[in-house]
Amino acid sequence: MYVIVAGGGDIGFHLAKGLIEAGHEVMVIEQDRHRAQWIEEQLGSVVLNAPADEGRYQLEAGCQRADAVIAVTGEDAKNLVICQLARYNCGPHGRVIARVTDPKNEIIFKALGIDETLSSTRVLMNIIEQELPTGGFLPLMPLTGSHLEIIEAEIAPGMPSVGKPVRALQLPEGSLIGGIVRGGKVLPAVGDAALQAGDRIIVLAPTAIEAEVRSRLYD
Amino acid sequence: MNILIVGSGRVGATLAGLLDEGGHQVTVVDRDRASFAHLPAGFGGTTFLGNGIDLDVLRQVGVDKVDAFLALTDGDNRNLMAAQVAKEIFGVKRAFAKCNDPIRAEIYRAKGLMTFSRTSILAVLLRAMLEQDPEVGEVLLRRTLALERKLAGEEARDAAPPAAAAGER
Repeated sequence: MYVIVAGGGDIGFHLAKGLIEAGHEVMVIEQDRHRAQWIEEQLGSVVLNAPADEGRYQLEAGCQRADAVIAVTGEDAKNLVICQLARYNCGPHGRVIARVTDPKNEIIFKALGIDETLSSTRVLMNIIEQELPTGGFLPLMPLTGSHLEIIEAEIAPGMPSVGKPVRALQLPEGSLIGGIVRGGKVLPAVGDAALQAGDRIIVLAPTAIEAEVRSRLYD
Repeated sequence: MNILIVGSGRVGATLAGLLDEGGHQVTVVDRDRASFAHLPAGFGGTTFLGNGIDLDVLRQVGVDKVDAFLALTDGDNRNLMAAQVAKEIFGVKRAFAKCNDPIRAEIYRAKGLMTFSRTSILAVLLRAMLEQDPEVGEVLLRRTLALERKLAGEEARDAAPPAAAAGER
């Protein structure tokens, strides 16, 4: 894949490094000259020293042939504009992904046509909530190009489903249990496997019925 | 008209003053309290301390009821985001964004925002002044000069050392 990383901060740098190590072609667009130079010393000639929120530099970086443009600067508004310009400049086949710091802005980005957002704040909040006794229900990530998402749900001690087979969960139609995570191993979610306290089930479900899945599991 | 302005810098505050004087109902939002000092003395509109791209802030100042929305902060991207939120999420028909990068201004104009680039306006105006092209700049120049004369006059009356009122930097 060819990936353009807009913004060479800590996230952008490590993202680019990881992508390169995984064998992908990468271009980092970084506005600060010293930072750009430093990244070039670390990763080689994969840096364009320019502002990523100006369309002509996106074109210079070859965004027409990019499989993805990922905006990871520290400023939400800038990431929005980078992604919207990328949509405008690049072909329709490329994915555009924006980092969002204020979780409230995820709604705004979606309304303005940028569907794929990454909020580190939300991820951290999810991790913290995961540790709380009632926070066993965790929407992990949306699936690209569909209205589906992956949900992780904890079977907590005392829940009625403990000791019962998977099929007794009776999740709403359209959802599917992909597996049971127990003691660091994944087990197939076949109909008569009994659930144990502490199990985590991985569910694939349409985003629209997330609330229903939650209430079938916990209410 | 009921008008909401985000950004109380020189441009936002000066415009707010003009519109207030013209009998419009004006609200100015800025996240920095100190910037309200740019507003002219005797400004009769409302000021609101908060982030102008925050959905809750915009709701609180009644963005869904305004006739026009202008994003005039010093950040192009923030302005473009705020104006799009006003237009696409709250349904404001006339949403303006100050965008000093002319190329970005044109792209977002195609998306239905009203954008203006101080860069291009100034460049066109300066060329007209140099070439003494009467057509382009005449009206704009006349009004601009009248406004600046008036502002400078007010400053001179208010401020103790009259020399400080030489005009905008």
